[in-house]
Amino acid sequence: MSVIDNVVASVTVPGETIPRVEFLPVTVELLRTLWDQYGPLMFHQSGGCCDGSSPMCFPEGDFRTSDQDVLLGRLDIAPAGGAPQVLDFWMSSEQFEYWSHTFLTVDVVKGRGSGFSVEAPEGVRFMIRSRLMDGFGPQL
Amino acid sequence: MTIYHPPGSPDSKVTFKPRYENWIGGEWVKPVKGQYFEDISPVNGKPLAEVARGTAEDIELALDAAHRAAPAWGKTSATARADILNKIADVIEANLEMLAVAETWENGKPVRETLNADIPLAADHFRYFAAAIRSQEGYFAEMDGSMTAYHYHEPLGVVGQIIPWNFPILMAVWKLAPALAAGNAIVLKPAEQTPVTILMLVELIGDILPPGVLNIVNGFGVEAGKPLASSPRIRKIAFTGETTTGRLILQYAAANIIPATLELGGKSPNVFFKDVADHDDAFYDKCQEGFVMFAFNNGEVCTSPSRALIEKPIYDSFLGDAITRTKKAVLGNPLDTDTMVGAQSSNDQLEKIMSYIDIGKQEGAKLLLGGERVDLGGDLAGGFYVEPTIFEGHNKMRLFQEEIFGPVLAVTSFDGYDDGISIANDTLYGLGAGVWSRNGNIAYRAGRDIQAGRVWVNNYHAYPAGAAFGGYKSSGIGRENNRLALSAYQQTKNLLVSYSEDKLGFF
Repeated sequence: MSVIDNVVASVTVPGETIPRVEFLPVTVELLRTLWDQYGPLMFHQSGGCCDGSSPMCFPEGDFRTSDQDVLLGRLDIAPAGGAPQVLDFWMSSEQFEYWSHTFLTVDVVKGRGSGFSVEAPEGVRFMIRSRLMDGFGPQL
Repeated sequence: MTIYHPPGSPDSKVTFKPRYENWIGGEWVKPVKGQYFEDISPVNGKPLAEVARGTAEDIELALDAAHRAAPAWGKTSATARADILNKIADVIEANLEMLAVAETWENGKPVRETLNADIPLAADHFRYFAAAIRSQEGYFAEMDGSMTAYHYHEPLGVVGQIIPWNFPILMAVWKLAPALAAGNAIVLKPAEQTPVTILMLVELIGDILPPGVLNIVNGFGVEAGKPLASSPRIRKIAFTGETTTGRLILQYAAANIIPATLELGGKSPNVFFKDVADHDDAFYDKCQEGFVMFAFNNGEVCTSPSRALIEKPIYDSFLGDAITRTKKAVLGNPLDTDTMVGAQSSNDQLEKIMSYIDIGKQEGAKLLLGGERVDLGGDLAGGFYVEPTIFEGHNKMRLFQEEIFGPVLAVTSFDGYDDGISIANDTLYGLGAGVWSRNGNIAYRAGRDIQAGRVWVNNYHAYPAGAAFGGYKSSGIGRENNRLALSAYQQTKNLLVSYSEDKLGFF
């Protein structure tokens, strides 16, 4: 079995030079399974109550993004040498104003249910772990 | 003090069935694909029952049943429907302890809350909407001497409802009562974290409602919620949950040109003005309790007062007293009536709360209390428990801006009225808020200046039927818990009637 590395996003926020999002190996592994089931996928970071503050994973295009969203990065989960399997990671612009100083790591934990996110039936859900980004701080 | 026996034990008020099906057309129906999932109790982390894992096929069956039932149900008299709602309320009341213990076991919240809030409020909510529909009148306007415009309330037909897991029965009832009162047939999907107690309720009230008027399909959002929300066979969708799914539901509603009501949470400020500390009296004690309300329902409330804003002159003393008060909040067995803080609803919820405690520390917020997961040991060792946690920090920190949905409070100070209101309104959300002052003028002004749908003034976390509830800003669209909710489930029919023999004269 091949060892999977963390997948770090490309830089897509205009004017920036460092990535903002990464997938852990366990995340990549789960996403490859879900990709086989649902086809191309995307993430939109949620806020608000109950299942909020979670990254929601949808079939690509199922959630229509708009000018009110920021593309935080693109992440390719394809195995080395395989055809690209690229997911876009989105967040609403208003939420980004409060999140922009943190780097996001998408992890997988045991759990039950998460809006219409596609991983829920597997008995797991995606979860964000955060760390401060170099050179960024809360906008005091 | 009472400690209820856990479900399944010989003396328990509750016995769960090993397996729960979908409720369609007035009977239990197995899921078309024959799949089930485990419902986990957060009290001990163990499965309590199996539940049907519904899919689009089951949603279609439920919609078939609802469409069969809707025409006749929509033509019943308001009197008959009110009578049914009152009967449902009586049944809920007669089964108060059973439903309360079951709700606590499935959700993890303390039984003192289910006994005194969730279940009694659910019963009262049905009674409120029974009264509301009985007393609702159409209206007319005289256009001129021979023409009158009559306005009738008509049901929408078949509606979809998607329910959250934090108050599984009560949140279902908030949506069911107005929809039924208004004469709609319903397809409802409970949260996959907490489907069973709604099914226990429907088992009790199933024979009161005509078959097909209320249909319940269980399952996951992507497999059952999505086909319901996106179906062209519903005339309205109601959802309580988070922002991304809320937007998605609006997109589906747009495709079908149907209305949607959304309740999407908040980050509610709880604002304490300096005069609350003018006297050490009963009111000061009430304010202190108001501060600790962040731990109510383990913090799993859309309106949780998760940002405490304290005016500078009293900041140290008020906060000091409040921390002492919070330390007295008893965390323990949710089935013990002395317990004030129970289990978080699921493992992933617990993990998310811990991740926020981590980012709070990284951002430089100062941990004043708690911050750890708790192992209660014994039979409860596998449960999901977190200490009530208090951080001091700044409103721009993520801790202050995101709904953690756990017993985690972010505290900061403010310098005068304008600063207090400015911090209170510096949030994406606008669902709830608290204002505390002995000065009626200040309390009034603050209540009006805070951009939120519900501002509690000198109280918090009361949810009486009749008080309108809903969000400003990104907290959603629409109002529940008040007769206004009827309009979300009704069409307006205008009959424009001419009482004249004279032609218009155009042709």
